[in-house]
Amino acid sequence: MKTIAYIVQKEFKQIFRNKGMLPIIFILPILQLVILSNAATYEVKNIKFAYIDSDHTSTSRELVEKFNASTYFNVLADFDSHDQASSAMLAGDVDVILEIPNNFERHLLKEKKASLSLIINAIDGAAAGVESGYVNQIVQNYNQNIKTELMDASQKAVQPVSIVSIPSFWYNVTLDYKTFMVPGILVLLVTMITLFLSGMNIVREKEIGTLEQMNVTPIRKSQFIIGKLFPFWIIGMGLLTIGLILAKVIFNIPMVGSLLLLYGYTSIYILVVLGMGLFISNFTDTQQQAMFISWFFVVIFILMSGLFTPIESMPKWAQIITEFNPVKYFVEIVRMVLLKGSGPLDILPQVLKTLLYAIVMNGLAVWSYKKVS
Amino acid sequence: MKTENVIEAKALTKKFGDFTAVNKISFEIKKGEIFGFLGANGAGKTTAMKMLIGISKPTSGQANVAGFDVYTQTENIKKNIGYMSQKFALYDDLTVRENITFFGGIYGLSRKRIKEKTQQLVSELGLEEIKHQLVGSLPLGWKQKLSFSVSLLHEPRIVFLDEPTGGVDPITRRQFWEMIYKAADRGTTIFVTTHYMDEAEYCDRVSIMVEGKIEALDTPKELKKQFKVDSMNDVFLRLARNIE
Ligand SMILES: Nc1ncnc2c1ncn2[C@@H]1O[C@H](COP(=O)(O)OP(=O)(O)OP(=O)(O)O)[C@@H](O)[C@H]1O
Ligand SMILES: [Mg+2]
Repeated sequence: MKTIAYIVQKEFKQIFRNKGMLPIIFILPILQLVILSNAATYEVKNIKFAYIDSDHTSTSRELVEKFNASTYFNVLADFDSHDQASSAMLAGDVDVILEIPNNFERHLLKEKKASLSLIINAIDGAAAGVESGYVNQIVQNYNQNIKTELMDASQKAVQPVSIVSIPSFWYNVTLDYKTFMVPGILVLLVTMITLFLSGMNIVREKEIGTLEQMNVTPIRKSQFIIGKLFPFWIIGMGLLTIGLILAKVIFNIPMVGSLLLLYGYTSIYILVVLGMGLFISNFTDTQQQAMFISWFFVVIFILMSGLFTPIESMPKWAQIITEFNPVKYFVEIVRMVLLKGSGPLDILPQVLKTLLYAIVMNGLAVWSYKKVS
Repeated sequence: MKTENVIEAKALTKKFGDFTAVNKISFEIKKGEIFGFLGANGAGKTTAMKMLIGISKPTSGQANVAGFDVYTQTENIKKNIGYMSQKFALYDDLTVRENITFFGGIYGLSRKRIKEKTQQLVSELGLEEIKHQLVGSLPLGWKQKLSFSVSLLHEPRIVFLDEPTGGVDPITRRQFWEMIYKAADRGTTIFVTTHYMDEAEYCDRVSIMVEGKIEALDTPKELKKQFKVDSMNDVFLRLARNIE
């Protein structure tokens, strides 16, 4: 215990003495959060909207009126036939076509439910996801009993998705994409910085030769590792705190759920990241190598985390891979807890998977750390 | 008095792939002895030393250090030895005092003991004015002396010094050797590598390693007699030439 305290003390001294490192730890995250959150927005405006109203009732007209009233949609035209609408989309004149079927109103009144079909130009997949979310939002606001059915626009085999539902939109009622992105970017920042710092820190000792000096002392492997990683665990939690404060102060992100829960989860999550950092540093000899490999993983993890591309719109094999992505779980949890107010039971599956990940990752890292070569 | 062997190596060997860096070296070193471990660049000195201090597993052969086996009891060895690597290995971004505190701490010295040791060290090395300076800003000679003192903090039975005086001026080298003698007088065994042949003369016994093998091992006096030369320098050259 005392040995660990000596190591932790030394680490903190070195971290805070390193004038090149401090800005990386504290200034970069702030910039990152502010810039990325503003730039990486899903917001799609001026969507070229057309509709086919085969119902011609007050209900259908009212629905179309909702789209007219929305700032996101530009209602361009109404088409008489499906073919007409499709060719307009092929020509690129229309992004979204809503088809209101015959007997729409009747179904709604009689059976308390009705369907709409929706055709979206999905050349830009991300935009399409957002557009379908918007449409759903408007339709749901108008009447909870209506379901939209996503149709295949082109004749080519684009996977038909029968019912569109992107749950995350439901908890972001104002459709403010900052609300959606900021928690995600918070995840990115905590992950990247703790991974880079921890990975490079140990390799640095290898480079300057002090690691060898450590290995000749009687300190135990576990003491050394805990002493080395604990400061970065603290820094990770600190980053989360800075991020949350910024999210509240600058972006006014709603924080519906329990922050305690979020901190609890993060404390486990950071262990995964630190395990990775240590693992990487065990297999690299220079800081550049460690940096490069960390980047490689971070980029994959982030692209496959559901942060920028919805996991639902990934191919099946990619979706399976995302199961092994801790960042995905963190993104889910942050959004669930902050925006949706999910409780411990709701996030239990993610917590367990993260915990398992932490155990495996740290096990591997400790196992591969060798005092003797 | 000096009969107890603190280091024993028998046919100790280290291979990297099919390259043999250390080839069946054998020797015995007694308590309190200053043992000079000589050899040209790349002879295998550092590699041999790393096996003895328990951070590199031998390929074959046996060795005991402070009575512990280098294969199975490395952690016990580590409690009983000090090591000063060829590469300067204190923390440049910590002050003199912080380095002493840190290394004292991880060797399990009490706070009180660390304080005493720090005071003693600082006054012995004349570091009073600079004890709050970062080690990185010190001249090399001071760094080396500090590094040696730190390796002695926990009062190890044996201290391994890998080219401790490389690149240091003659006066500092002289002071350094005075420190070595002082430690040896207290009963610490010194295992030291060097490229300076005048330093070889200061050792109780020396071994000369050529391409992984120990080609000669005796007191400097005996070696000079054996090769019929006046200085260790000539002994060294003789040996190197014989091999060529
Ligand atoms: N990890 C390693 N892998 C492969 N070869 C190595 C390794 N470590 C050392 N060697 C080789 O073993 C030989 C002996 O190296 P060593 O560092 O022990 O020499 P040395 O006597 O200490 O030399 P110097 O006086 O330059 O410090 C060298 O040829 C070196 O290249
Ligand atoms: Mg060497």
